[in-house]
Amino acid sequence: MRYFAQRLVFYVFTAWAAVTINFFVPRLTPGNPVDSLIAEYQGQISTQAVHSLTVLFGLDKQQGIFQQYISYLGQLARGDLGISFHSFPTPVSSVLAQSLPWTVCLVGVATVLSFAIGTLLGVIVGWRRGSLADMLMPITTFFASIPYFWLALLAIAAFTGVGSFLPSAGGYDPGLVPGWNGAFVASALKHSLLPAATIIVTSVAGWLMGMRNMVVTVSSEDYVTVAHAKGLSERRVMLGYAARNAMLPSVSGFGMALGLVVGGTFLVEYVFSYPGVGLELVSAIGQKDYPLMQGIFLVITLSVLAANFLADLAYMALDPRTRREG
Amino acid sequence: MAVTAPGVDAVTPQDPVAGSAEASPRRLRMRLLSNRKVAVGLVILAVFLLIAIIGPLIAPYDPSRRSADILQGPSAKHWFGTTHIGQDIFSQVLDGTRSVMFVGFFAGVVATIVAVLFGVTSGYLGGAGGEGLSAVSNVFLVIPALPLIIIITTAIPTGGDWVVALVIGLTSWAWGARVLRAQTLSLRRRDFVEAARATGEPVWRIVIFEILPNLTAIIASSFVGTVIYAVMTEVALAFIGVQGLYEWNWGAILYWAQSQEALAIGAWWWFVPAGLAIALLGTALSLLNFGIDELVNPRLRSSGSAAVRDYSGRRVRLRVGFTPVLARGAGPVPAHATEIQSADIQVEDGAR
Repeated sequence: MRYFAQRLVFYVFTAWAAVTINFFVPRLTPGNPVDSLIAEYQGQISTQAVHSLTVLFGLDKQQGIFQQYISYLGQLARGDLGISFHSFPTPVSSVLAQSLPWTVCLVGVATVLSFAIGTLLGVIVGWRRGSLADMLMPITTFFASIPYFWLALLAIAAFTGVGSFLPSAGGYDPGLVPGWNGAFVASALKHSLLPAATIIVTSVAGWLMGMRNMVVTVSSEDYVTVAHAKGLSERRVMLGYAARNAMLPSVSGFGMALGLVVGGTFLVEYVFSYPGVGLELVSAIGQKDYPLMQGIFLVITLSVLAANFLADLAYMALDPRTRREG
Repeated sequence: MAVTAPGVDAVTPQDPVAGSAEASPRRLRMRLLSNRKVAVGLVILAVFLLIAIIGPLIAPYDPSRRSADILQGPSAKHWFGTTHIGQDIFSQVLDGTRSVMFVGFFAGVVATIVAVLFGVTSGYLGGAGGEGLSAVSNVFLVIPALPLIIIITTAIPTGGDWVVALVIGLTSWAWGARVLRAQTLSLRRRDFVEAARATGEPVWRIVIFEILPNLTAIIASSFVGTVIYAVMTEVALAFIGVQGLYEWNWGAILYWAQSQEALAIGAWWWFVPAGLAIALLGTALSLLNFGIDELVNPRLRSSGSAAVRDYSGRRVRLRVGFTPVLARGAGPVPAHATEIQSADIQVEDGAR
């Protein structure tokens, strides 16, 4: 339980740090943020937007920075992330409510699959060191060195086009209305196949490499030799003894890798015009929509923290040492 | 694991490089170079570095100059073809190498310095201060870096490559700090450190002359890892249009290709060279890193084919931790098997 409490405190601290970074970054830039924005738009910004900006940055109330910070926290606690510049009166939170589920599904499924495939292949490659399975490593290294978005572009060129089963853009067929019906879910699945495959192909090498190295290290431990000497079947030694122990660093590294995968997913979404948070972020960059960018950063960070917490729970289940009292 | 009973020889997988077990620094360097992965990685990296220095000079055209050759495929005149306004893509790739290499290496240096400061300090100090520093690096580890880099770089609109490199470096040091901290924690109670402490060496001397030399391999591999990451991030930032497009880099080429829908109109030459250059650079750096890992941990070397025949002609697969025993004189036992084995063990001890 002590481990559990420690992790919980850490995540609360990290969430606070993310919120604070989010608060200070726009205020650290030289000059008044609103003025610099107006200058950047060269007068093409509406007065409503100027007002929204002024309110957003707390410039209308002449508060000290500390009071601004407190009222910012209060806003966040109510789920208020400000108002998007681009789609003006729409709050950032409702823009995100539309796009977040897409990203969470895509990242979730792709990461879990990539973790499972990479770990399993890693066990086999590490266990059969010196066999043909070693050939897998240079190949996956090369794929891992390819930027996500470039592979996505190639995938579109290679697998989509006239008469192809796979669509090249979007999250569902344009004629359908989003909802929980068979036609829509099938269409959404079809559209997510290629993006998910791209993410899996580029992210699998990390898991494979880490797992392979741990299996090689673990398989010379005494308990593996003992398991062999007991006459246990090859498979049982490999999975129950070597793999189970070798997996621990992979599971605890899961959360850190997730941050990278999320970044990569944003680019994949952009290339596939997949209606997730990443596409939203890229268009926010193009339109200098700062509140939306910050809202995206915050929401994505909190989601990653939540996923990390789940990984920690899995780690507790795998490693009895973390459950020890005291 | 090596118990050699009389009349029986234990055979371990043969290791091609383990023969040079004398751990003099020069031999160590030679061993790093004789590793094929490292050699290939270094050659590719050297070529890119050369292009980064002389690329703009040897580029056949001005990368931004328009011409009448619009959207042409590769030819003798334009090796990588041309863009929608007739710019020469080969020149753009050559010219853009400098920005990519600069951001990669500068960010790598920044991140490595911060990682060493945080990692070694927090590992050596221990106690509340050490835990605090470690908590800070864990925070940076968990926060998704790309969105963070995007909100910072867009908040500084006038930044060039310097700012991008600095932001990438200052957000990507956490992984290195974590690894360095773990290793420092295990080093600080070793005998040689205790001895230095007992003879009254000041803390800075212990850290610089006793601890840091033992972290060289980890520092090198975290530097290389950060360079890979920084290159990928810079290219990604340019590709989605965060960076001002005043200078050419590989991401900027891809940005224009994407915004002009190059693939949809079949202009594959617009995408392929820049992407391949990124992949090649990334592979070279990864190879370098594998080589460093294998130097530190000899078990990770893939030792060619591990299958041998035992006395009855059956194929036996040799593995680490699983030592088949062959009766002496009954089969083709390599005469130098025991020798190699002891050499292998020596190497591992030296590296720890």
